[in-house]
Amino acid sequence: MTRAGPEAGAVPAPRFTHTATNDLGHETKMSAALETDGFIASSVRTDAPPAIVLDKVNKWFGALHVLRDVDLQVALGERVVVCGPSGSGKSTMIRCINRLETHQEGRILVDGIELSDDLRALDAIRREVGMVFQSFNLFPHLTVLENCTLAPIWVRKMPKKHAEELAMEYLTRVKIPEQAKKYPGQLSGGQQQRVAIARALCMKPKIMLFDEPTSALDPEMIKEVLDTMVMLAAEGMTMICVTHEMGFARQVADRVVFMDRGEIVESGTPEAVFNDPKTERLQLFLSQILRGH
Amino acid sequence: MSDITLNVASANPEATPRSAPITVVGPVAWMRENLFSGWLSTAVTLVLAYVVIRSVVGFVDWAFINAIWWVPVDARGVAQTQACRALEGSGACWAVVTEKHRFMLFGTYPYEQHWRPAIVCLLFIGLYIVSALKRFWNWRLIPIWAVTLTAIGVLMWGGVFGLPYVPQERWGGLPITLILATFGLAFAFPLSILVALGRRSNLPAIKVLCVVYVELIRGVPLISLLFMASVMFPLFLPEGMNIDKLLRAQIAIILFAGAYLAEVVRAGLQSLDKGQYEAADAMGLSYWQKTGFIILPQALRMVIPPLVNTFIGFFKDTSLVLIIGIFDLLTAGKTAIVEPAWQGFGVEVYVFVGLIYLVFCFAMSKYSQGLEAELNRHRRR
Ligand SMILES: Nc1ncnc2c1ncn2[C@@H]1O[C@H](COP(=O)(O)OP(=O)(O)O)[C@@H](O)[C@H]1O
Ligand SMILES: [Mg+2]
Repeated sequence: MTRAGPEAGAVPAPRFTHTATNDLGHETKMSAALETDGFIASSVRTDAPPAIVLDKVNKWFGALHVLRDVDLQVALGERVVVCGPSGSGKSTMIRCINRLETHQEGRILVDGIELSDDLRALDAIRREVGMVFQSFNLFPHLTVLENCTLAPIWVRKMPKKHAEELAMEYLTRVKIPEQAKKYPGQLSGGQQQRVAIARALCMKPKIMLFDEPTSALDPEMIKEVLDTMVMLAAEGMTMICVTHEMGFARQVADRVVFMDRGEIVESGTPEAVFNDPKTERLQLFLSQILRGH
Repeated sequence: MSDITLNVASANPEATPRSAPITVVGPVAWMRENLFSGWLSTAVTLVLAYVVIRSVVGFVDWAFINAIWWVPVDARGVAQTQACRALEGSGACWAVVTEKHRFMLFGTYPYEQHWRPAIVCLLFIGLYIVSALKRFWNWRLIPIWAVTLTAIGVLMWGGVFGLPYVPQERWGGLPITLILATFGLAFAFPLSILVALGRRSNLPAIKVLCVVYVELIRGVPLISLLFMASVMFPLFLPEGMNIDKLLRAQIAIILFAGAYLAEVVRAGLQSLDKGQYEAADAMGLSYWQKTGFIILPQALRMVIPPLVNTFIGFFKDTSLVLIIGIFDLLTAGKTAIVEPAWQGFGVEVYVFVGLIYLVFCFAMSKYSQGLEAELNRHRRR
């Protein structure tokens, strides 16, 4: 990885104008925010109930204690970046939020609904939470368009034609409408990840989870994916994003959470966390990250 | 890359890319390269060529040049096979096929009603062709199968529409083979998918049931399963209740093929990346939606070659029903030469029967190759 670094805060924000996207259900936070030196104004809604609550969450893999008393509240419209060394439990934490992993102690509430063995609650939550994976996980036997319309048609029960229009709209927004009829294997990594983002957005989620979305990409493709995520952030999407792209974190994050060995060690604004680390563990981590770039 | 090459390239942007070195082509060059590249290779080529040519010439002599296609039949309907016997094996006596083909194809089915099993065979072939066309891969296939199979049942049994009733004991030949194979695979394949999914289930009861089924059935030869179906199974049934022998053999074949196919399908399921399951889960697809749209389409495509291998194996294994006295194609062929006049002409009969099996199996094999290429289009770049 070559970019990111403190000076990389100037990721050029995409200049997009809202045309026919108003009916897509997202708050329209506009380019005014994007103009401000690449930083995006906060869209945190403190008046609404929190979108995600993790309350003393514990999880073990066998004897391995991977999440230790994790407490985290994410407000509606808040953008949280999670960082930390490999194996610290970042993926496990966000995968608990849509129950790809089950936690063993504590409570997790998403959009006011508690995660439990109740399958109906789980379905409701998964409809509202989109996820983007490090390895894209597109469906290789379906075209890009079919990837995007499958869940809206079968989970949201959207008419096929409507779902296709919506998919084309999101594919246009991630700037690859011309690839709609191709299969994922025919696209570059950056394009595939943008399709994965569009696919998640087609479900009109309230919350988006990103698990190292750029870690599997060649350096020249990282920017196109980050730009897409910046665009999403500018629209006020509630996001939790595991990433080590510090430029991205500085630009969009309301809060940065540092995890180590299953615990949330520090949390605060990007400036506070990156410029003024309190713990030795974070200092060590930051020095390693910076050396790596 | 040195600066010099860079400069040359930039100085001459129109430069044509260098073409690949020319390779020698043409049949003569190919032969020199592959067949006569040294004295040993030349010797092997010559010896093999001699063996192949002798065999082909011998076969053509036997099968065509010296062959006898017809023999006279005397007033009592007994074939006069002296001419065939006089050949003493130097030529084929295809007269046995000419004379007995209807018995081989339709067994002991009443002679004047043979048009019925003949139509049944054509219906089966039509059904295979329609099912093989991608255009029909939708809900329409279900009524097509239902109607065709009903028509097949009506034709075989009769007893309605003025068709005389023909009990199942008199059915025989190719229709029996096609019935056993078609119903066998049509039921075993879905069964195998359920069992393969069950083996990966989170529910312990289902998982154990599926494992026990596969291991039990795979541990027993098909022949013994057929024996059990024909001899032991009726002992367990209450007095007076009798399940048709063909049906019992059919069930044994379904259970057996199901266990084998289940393992093939399971291999396909295992080859899928965990991320595919997670992506489907994260989108909120239900278990059956995920399985039907994401998992099975990919898993089955992956295992088309071993699946078809198993299909072909079972198509031929239906011939094992001869040991419990069901009159399939092979049994009918064997029975055709029991008649004294035709004794000793087994080779011709088995070549004929073998050719019929070959046509079906080769068609399956060719079709699967096409299907594989077609369905894996998305892997091409
Ligand atoms: N399915 C699993 N089974 C057992 N251990 C796991 C599993 N997934 C992750 N782990 C372990 O849990 C720890 C946290 O993993 P993870 O959440 O993936 O970390 P991160 O995403 O921060 O790199 C690691 O030690 C990892 O080896
Ligand atoms: Mg991870």
